[in-house]
Amino acid sequence: MVHATPDPGNSLLKLDNIQMVFGKVTALTDISLEVRKGQIYSIIGPNGAGKTVMMNCISGLYRPQKGDIYYKGQRINHLRPYKRASLGIARTFQKIELFGGMTVLDNIRLGRHIHLKSGILSGSLYLGPTKKEEVANREFIEQDIIDLLEIEHIRDKTVHMLPYGLQKRVELGRALALNPELILLDEPLAGLNLEEVEDMARFIQDINKEERWQVTCILVEHDMGVVMDISDRVFAMSFGHPISEGTPEEVQNDPEVIKAYLGEEDIYATRR
Amino acid sequence: MPHGDELMQHSQSLEPISKELTIPKLFSQRCRQYGKDKVAMREKEFGIWRPFTWQDYYDNVKYISLGFISLGLQRGDKVALMGANRPEGLWTEMGAMCAGGICVWLFQESMHEEVKYIIDHSDARFFVGETQEEVDKALGVVDECPKLEKIVWDDPKGMRTYSQDFLLSIRQLQEFGKELDAKDPELFERMIQEGHGDEVCLLFYTSGTTGLPKGVLLSHWNMLTMGKNLMSIDPCQPTDDFVSYLPFAWIGEQMMSISCGLQVGYAINFPEEPETAMENIREIGPHVMFAPPRMWEGMTRRVQVKYMDSAWLKRKMYEMGTAIGYKVADLKLDKQQVPWHLKLLNSLAHLLLQKKLKDHLGLSRIRRAYTGGAALGPDHFRFFHALGVNLKQIYGQTEIAGIAFVHRDGDIKFDTVGTPIPETQVSIAEDGEILCSSPSVFLGYYKNPEATEKNLDDGWLLTGDKGFIDEDNHLVVFDRSKDVMTLRDGRPFSPQYLETRLKFSPYIQEAWVIGHERDFITAVICIDYSVVGKWADEQKINYTSYRELSQKQQVYDLIQKQVEHVNRFLPEPARIHKFINLFKVFDADDEELTRTNKLKRAVVGERYKDIVEALYSDRDSVHLDITITYEDGREQHIKTDLRIQKAI
Repeated sequence: MVHATPDPGNSLLKLDNIQMVFGKVTALTDISLEVRKGQIYSIIGPNGAGKTVMMNCISGLYRPQKGDIYYKGQRINHLRPYKRASLGIARTFQKIELFGGMTVLDNIRLGRHIHLKSGILSGSLYLGPTKKEEVANREFIEQDIIDLLEIEHIRDKTVHMLPYGLQKRVELGRALALNPELILLDEPLAGLNLEEVEDMARFIQDINKEERWQVTCILVEHDMGVVMDISDRVFAMSFGHPISEGTPEEVQNDPEVIKAYLGEEDIYATRR
Repeated sequence: MPHGDELMQHSQSLEPISKELTIPKLFSQRCRQYGKDKVAMREKEFGIWRPFTWQDYYDNVKYISLGFISLGLQRGDKVALMGANRPEGLWTEMGAMCAGGICVWLFQESMHEEVKYIIDHSDARFFVGETQEEVDKALGVVDECPKLEKIVWDDPKGMRTYSQDFLLSIRQLQEFGKELDAKDPELFERMIQEGHGDEVCLLFYTSGTTGLPKGVLLSHWNMLTMGKNLMSIDPCQPTDDFVSYLPFAWIGEQMMSISCGLQVGYAINFPEEPETAMENIREIGPHVMFAPPRMWEGMTRRVQVKYMDSAWLKRKMYEMGTAIGYKVADLKLDKQQVPWHLKLLNSLAHLLLQKKLKDHLGLSRIRRAYTGGAALGPDHFRFFHALGVNLKQIYGQTEIAGIAFVHRDGDIKFDTVGTPIPETQVSIAEDGEILCSSPSVFLGYYKNPEATEKNLDDGWLLTGDKGFIDEDNHLVVFDRSKDVMTLRDGRPFSPQYLETRLKFSPYIQEAWVIGHERDFITAVICIDYSVVGKWADEQKINYTSYRELSQKQQVYDLIQKQVEHVNRFLPEPARIHKFINLFKVFDADDEELTRTNKLKRAVVGERYKDIVEALYSDRDSVHLDITITYEDGREQHIKTDLRIQKAI
């Protein structure tokens, strides 16, 4: 597959010397990276390397003690998570964080809430602008999310009744409802069967490449087959330290990366 | 039936069909007649039912049809079609027909070999697929099918990376059509008027329980007379609704959507996705339905499973309600008077149970329901009649445009397929073979004169089925002649009958009954994964896969009970002595079933010959070593041990 090379000047997210310490444990040391618009940027590393910590720093759940985070050139260190969300940063979680008692549709709508402008008064009277807003948002959710993720058949099901693979899809749907420019995907393929992995990999490519979406993706993932297949760039880390950064081929052949994964059986083999 | 209803039905009389009439001519007439005032079809899209009027239908078909012409389609060229039921599917079919093309529908699940064979054998020049998946299937065979020129797709999802110059979208096709229309506005109507009823409109590949698929050539006349003859005995209204969700590659769906649909003018509704079909049927509440037995079996199972799940009170209500329903149904089927007190009780049962159940199944407005394509068990038949659903058997091959016999209202016998539809003659050959003659008998097999000669004799179709006419003039069909079986001591039995009885158990999804030239009868059972799985959850039985679940001792005991329940109502020689739970469900992709879900006995007999052998030995288990093919062509090797259990 040929990847379009993004404009080098189009930096979307930049981490500059991030350090994150929990008590005496240093989770991240001197992490610097730059994600450009339109990329699928993967972060790999053995368990405990600090990948999720990094995601949490970007989304604002954690505040790093040192270093700066820039989003579209703007320093966002001080911004709370919901502020970052309104800037266009969405995320999914390693362990599903949906509202189990709510329907699929309601969960996705919730992701849209940040974009709703109507107040109590016009909302309760269902006045012109509110109505217009409702229709537009409904269209967006139905056409761009539910149709894309092929979840028509479960739209009215409560989430906790659904199999795991579908819940993962719903979570992606909720993140997309934000209409993000950058999406953080924390192990979107973990726990899925082969067919579900293929579907999810396709969805990730769809939201990245389809003209409608063109969302930049940061992907934390263990499935090396998929990572190497769909990523534009890969960032490898171990015990909170960066060890390699480059194209999938470069990282794959980096002796440091191979050393970090030493003892793990054939990391580049995808699930078959 | 209320009186007013009957009057209304007679007021809608169908126009006579002449040899000049074609499906496109009728289509054009209907569009002119209804125009923008009536809905021709609906599709649920993005969560909302979207209507298309007859005018919309006409415009879309027109531009597709002219688009085909600008791509170079000549009269008589074949257009292969593949995809789920959706308006675009019907538009392209109608569009190709209007341009004088012949449509070849492929089953959506068809894999490489099948697709290649049909596209190559049919000489298709054009292929229209719905999504990337169908396009991929066509691209996979394009090098091996040199006659295939253009591939058209309709859903843009995933198509952004495809740049081959022989690929185009339906939108582009319609754009070409619009350009041509601007140059020659009369062309479309002229093309329609050029057609003649004797021309071929459909080339249908029959799956067949044996051998390579054969291409059945059907003319406009065949299709239209079939529809007219069915509608003349079972009239539908232009205001009716029909849900189209079964494959277009199945003749039954063509019957309802094209032939009857155009003649009556009822609205055709397309579900949002195949997965939402049942839900969407409930939303529409169709007046008429035609489905193969598997669908009715599925509905029955859904009710049975819900019943098992319900609380005590609801279960009691259900038991009482169905008991009354069964009594009334049995009396009616015996053509006896239903006493007034039973009628009263039944209306109560209707109010409390049947009405709600029918609503859940999407059958609340159903006037007539048909089953066809294979035999449906008597238990299933009774079940629907007890609910008050007028379920009737249809019998007919693709070679006779899908229908030759049907039960008449109020004259239903479970073991027969009813009486011939108008203009149909039947004759039983000396060896018992059923011969049919009607205007709907096909023209022959495409590029296969030997088979044509074997099956077509001076306008008579040699069906290959055996049967006889009973005292009520109903046709009784034995199983396909190759399936009629005798035990070693000469006593005959019908495996299909036993299989349908077994399948009435919600725990059993598929069954294969063996015993030809053997001392006794045995069965191979495929458990229903979801139902047995649920049961296992309640029994606190751990399992991880179908294979493991099927081999659990408790599951074997459960299935034994089901088999013994069936045995109880059977004469001694027809009882099932031993059974085995298969580690998987029979699947059309493994060529164990036809695409219309008929068991291919020769294939399973060969594939599982170790099982058959073990069933007739003293062993209590069998070792199996087998390769399974998945839908995408991947193969998996499986080694497993299966246990054998006896039943009484």
